[in-house]
Amino acid sequence: MSAGGWSCDHRQIMASRLHLDERLLRLPSDLARSPNDRVVAGVAGGLGGYLGVDPIAMRLALVVLSLANGLGLALYLVGWGMLPTASPGRVSHRPSPSAERTVGLGLLTIGTLLLFGQAGLLLPAGFVWAVALAAVGLGLVWARTDETNRTGGLLLRCLGGGVLLVVGLGLLFASGGALETIGQLGLAVLATGVGVSLLLGPWILRLWRDLGVERRQRIRSEERSEIAAHLHDSVLQTLALIQRADAPGRARTLARRQERELRAWLFDERPPDGVDGIASLAASLERVVTEVEDQHDVEVDLVVVGECPLEPRLDALVAAVREATLNAARHAGVDDVSVYVEVEAEKVTAYVRDRGQGFVPDEVEPGRVGVRESIIGRMARHGGRAEVHSNPGGGTEVVLEVGRTPEREPSA
Amino acid sequence: MTAPRVFLVDDHQMFRAGVRAELGDAVDIVGEAADVESAVEGIRATDPEVVLLDVHLPGGGGKAVLETLKPERPDLVFLALSVSDAAEDVIAVIRAGARGYVTKTISSVDLAAAVTRVRDGDAVFSPRLAGFVLDAFSGEAPPEVGDPELDQLSPREREVMRLIARGYTYKEIARRLTLSVKTVETHVSAVLRKLQLSSRHELTRWATERRIV
Repeated sequence: MSAGGWSCDHRQIMASRLHLDERLLRLPSDLARSPNDRVVAGVAGGLGGYLGVDPIAMRLALVVLSLANGLGLALYLVGWGMLPTASPGRVSHRPSPSAERTVGLGLLTIGTLLLFGQAGLLLPAGFVWAVALAAVGLGLVWARTDETNRTGGLLLRCLGGGVLLVVGLGLLFASGGALETIGQLGLAVLATGVGVSLLLGPWILRLWRDLGVERRQRIRSEERSEIAAHLHDSVLQTLALIQRADAPGRARTLARRQERELRAWLFDERPPDGVDGIASLAASLERVVTEVEDQHDVEVDLVVVGECPLEPRLDALVAAVREATLNAARHAGVDDVSVYVEVEAEKVTAYVRDRGQGFVPDEVEPGRVGVRESIIGRMARHGGRAEVHSNPGGGTEVVLEVGRTPEREPSA
Repeated sequence: MTAPRVFLVDDHQMFRAGVRAELGDAVDIVGEAADVESAVEGIRATDPEVVLLDVHLPGGGGKAVLETLKPERPDLVFLALSVSDAAEDVIAVIRAGARGYVTKTISSVDLAAAVTRVRDGDAVFSPRLAGFVLDAFSGEAPPEVGDPELDQLSPREREVMRLIARGYTYKEIARRLTLSVKTVETHVSAVLRKLQLSSRHELTRWATERRIV
């Protein structure tokens, strides 16, 4: 019925479309690296959890499988690259570890090992050591940096990883005897090739994943601007018209409020409570002003220049602005009130003005504590000041000023 | 003084009808259009003094009308009218050459006054537009490119903008600053010129960023 409800439906539609898109880009959602149960990168923990096997058995299996031409190691590295980290709070219905599955995994491991042994593909000790060294190098390169900390230390990791890789491969080649027993020079070539591709692999995978995220964001913002354009040409126009027409005061106020909400949703990404849960001055002024508009049949023209996070002194200013606006709405006998707030480096100044009947400030009856207590007193308590300029027939202007803590450098 | 000859461009027929009815005798509405193409044709044919121009129009928006007609009719005056008060809309039409900007919720008396004011060569700033200007011209002038005179407001201009943002009319500002109304108008026109010509990068950057502090 209301414009607000309508836009909510569309958010849901958007959300479901996006969900579809997300699924196309993802691995099974339960298959992820474990952030808690981890020794190196949480692959065994995550995999074990997914398959319903004790993570320790999983680790053992991977180590043993590494003897089979490094199969376990390769599996681990692939898992490291492919699997995202599970979000810690995520609830997933995983099978609980069972002995049966662990035995199954053990048999599978031994079977694979025997198979490789039969084919003469089990590794000699020298080779295992070489690969292990190379693996540590790769691990360093592969250490998936957090999304936020992508470049920091990456160079260092690459250097360390590269050196270790070279040492590992060097050892491999130096143990010529080992190569003889395997009898495959091709394997050494293969190892080098795999090493190089593993080095570059993470970047490609990461790039691919980022691409997906970016695509989702682009789709989201495109959808949003399409909806914004449509609402702009329809609902907002109608709301503006209602406010112009000789509609009853209540309808006009409602139309104005709806317009304000819809506009905020369409053009303003900022949540109503401010960024990161820190309420902003402009957002709380907006809220206060809307409240006064709703309670009293007035239009409040709010203009805010600059912006800053709220602090107790500014809370007091917002409260005083509210009081002054309420006074204007109640006593001035006019339809509109102007509120102007300017944020400067060291102070915030607010002006609340109406063109109403005005009064003689010195003759305010004692019963009206609003001005004296809620405005002047409140500002004084917070180290600010308040002035009330008014004369009968000439309207009223309340000037409020309070200091603010200058913003620190963003890096601090 | 004769009623200004006004051409009304808005894609909502209801809105045009409303404005026509409200403005009544205060202005002489010589024509109407609902999109860019017919607006350009209609304005060429009827030769109005003031074009009341909706910012959002099919076929390129109000900006397209301004950009087509401004070179061939430099004296034609545009007053932008929009339901949107998003900063980027305001800045785009003003920089394209509009003499002022009012939102569609303006009262009919104020709208008629604004039309007459722009017809007489003055600029029309709503409190919100004044707020945008103060935001965009806050801080030091950029040291790099451009004309430093264009890139910042004089203290007097800043004062006038603040009073407009506080809800003062030009007449009230004149009384308060003990200036003539004409002088106030001169200051506002100077600000408009800076807004149109300044190369301050804030003017373009701020439009997209100002709400994401």
